[in-house]
Amino acid sequence: MRALGTCLLLGVAAAATGCGERALVAPDRFSGDAIPHSLTGMPGDPEAGRATFVARDGGHCVLCHVVAGLDVPFQGNVGPALSDVGARLTPGQIRLRIVDASRLNPDTVMPAYYRVHGLNQVSRGLEGKPVLSSGQVEDLVAYLAALDG
Amino acid sequence: MKRGCLAVALLLLSACGDAAPDPDRADLDPNAVVSGYAFLTPETQAQQDDDFLNPGFLWVDRGAKLFRSGEAVSASCASCHGAGGRPLEGVAARYPRIDEATGKLTNLEGRINVCRTRHQAAKPLAHEGEDLLALSAYVASLSRGMPVSVQLDDRLRPYYEQGRDYFFTRRGQLNLACHHCHDRNWGRSLRGDTISQGHANGFPTYRLEWQTLGSLHRRFRDCDTGVRAEPMSLASEEYLALELYLAVRGAGLAVEAPAVRP
Ligand code: HEC
Ligand code: HEC
Repeated sequence: MRALGTCLLLGVAAAATGCGERALVAPDRFSGDAIPHSLTGMPGDPEAGRATFVARDGGHCVLCHVVAGLDVPFQGNVGPALSDVGARLTPGQIRLRIVDASRLNPDTVMPAYYRVHGLNQVSRGLEGKPVLSSGQVEDLVAYLAALDG
Repeated sequence: MKRGCLAVALLLLSACGDAAPDPDRADLDPNAVVSGYAFLTPETQAQQDDDFLNPGFLWVDRGAKLFRSGEAVSASCASCHGAGGRPLEGVAARYPRIDEATGKLTNLEGRINVCRTRHQAAKPLAHEGEDLLALSAYVASLSRGMPVSVQLDDRLRPYYEQGRDYFFTRRGQLNLACHHCHDRNWGRSLRGDTISQGHANGFPTYRLEWQTLGSLHRRFRDCDTGVRAEPMSLASEEYLALELYLAVRGAGLAVEAPAVRP
């Protein structure tokens, strides 16, 4: 029992060194280049997803991505256009790319929106918190999966 | 049990991979170097080019006055750097550099404060305060049009490497390095902003968003905060080293201070 306690302490100490946070999504939820199942166990709401896609204090995805027909000025072009992303990718593939695109491309410029491990110099107060909640990720998946160009 | 324990701890630690700078980092091609000026609208360019429209000249004028007037007990800057003294034309283009007395890396603002404490019996001025902004804008403006030319030597090189590491290291909740935006995506748009190469040749700069003049280190803090990283302090060693890396990276660009930027 004591050994277990020390072990836990060591683990916690390692986790507290700043970047040793645990992965939010368990390894067995990944399958190839997708996360097939909803993070919340529920389908997302596409309307709420559209709002998160646009909002500065949400995902603010329009910083880097264009969606044709979306009534938002100055959409960015650092990332690919997502106007027909639902026709190109399955919901599970979209989910993985929002959760942590660096799993597919370690050099990616696309931020990981549902990950807390392996980060560096995170703003005080935001450590250990993902950019988006699992519910917001599901809303985005629902919104994007319906975009078919 | 103990060994299993260690293994668990090591496993957790080994998850910390990302704090290291990109191993295949490639610096900006020196032949591709362009000033942030190239990405401005014609209106903002015109505002920068006309000394009467450029709001940065309010600080230059104020700096020129401070330069000539000593404080109650001290000599003025002009008494050492006036006719017959050491002229300051071209000096800003060679900063940051090593301060011979302390052996430490110093930028223009730091050097102004060194002069105050060492030669003028005055207190150092606060970073981002109006007086230091005014004096640095004035002194930097004396190098306008001259090429940025900081020569690396053995004493500067460790700082240069430190700054380069900072430039290539991912940080913040959005996990991006300076490199991702300013080497790999310049010319693209991030919402309303066109991303430039992130050069330092215009600083101190009048930023329309700030509605005031600000230093390079204030800009660094904005970019760090933009990726939701904890910013470093103004005049910290990290930011001074980053300033040195940018000076070498932007070698040959004309000094534009005080520039105007959105
Ligand atoms: C800082 C820039 C940036 C931001 C902000 C950003 N992305 Fe991306 N995104 C990219 C880039 C770049 C790629 C291309 C993937 C790569 O290079 O690895 C990408 C790829 C994607 C893809 C895969 C597209 C495809 O065609 O394969 C999806 C889906 C996506 N992003 C969704 C989002 C969502 C949703 C958000 C906001 C929550 C977002 N992105 C915010 C830069 C960004
Ligand atoms: C997510 C993208 C992004 C990242 C990461 C980023 N910047 Fe910037 N930076 C910008 C944007 C957008 C601007 C404003 C437009 C411009 O001048 O490039 C800017 C402006 C600048 C400028 C002013 C350029 C000028 O001509 O006035 C400098 C200098 C700069 N950045 C340096 C850095 C450094 C150093 C880092 C890392 C500590 C960094 N940036 C990280 C997006 C970024």
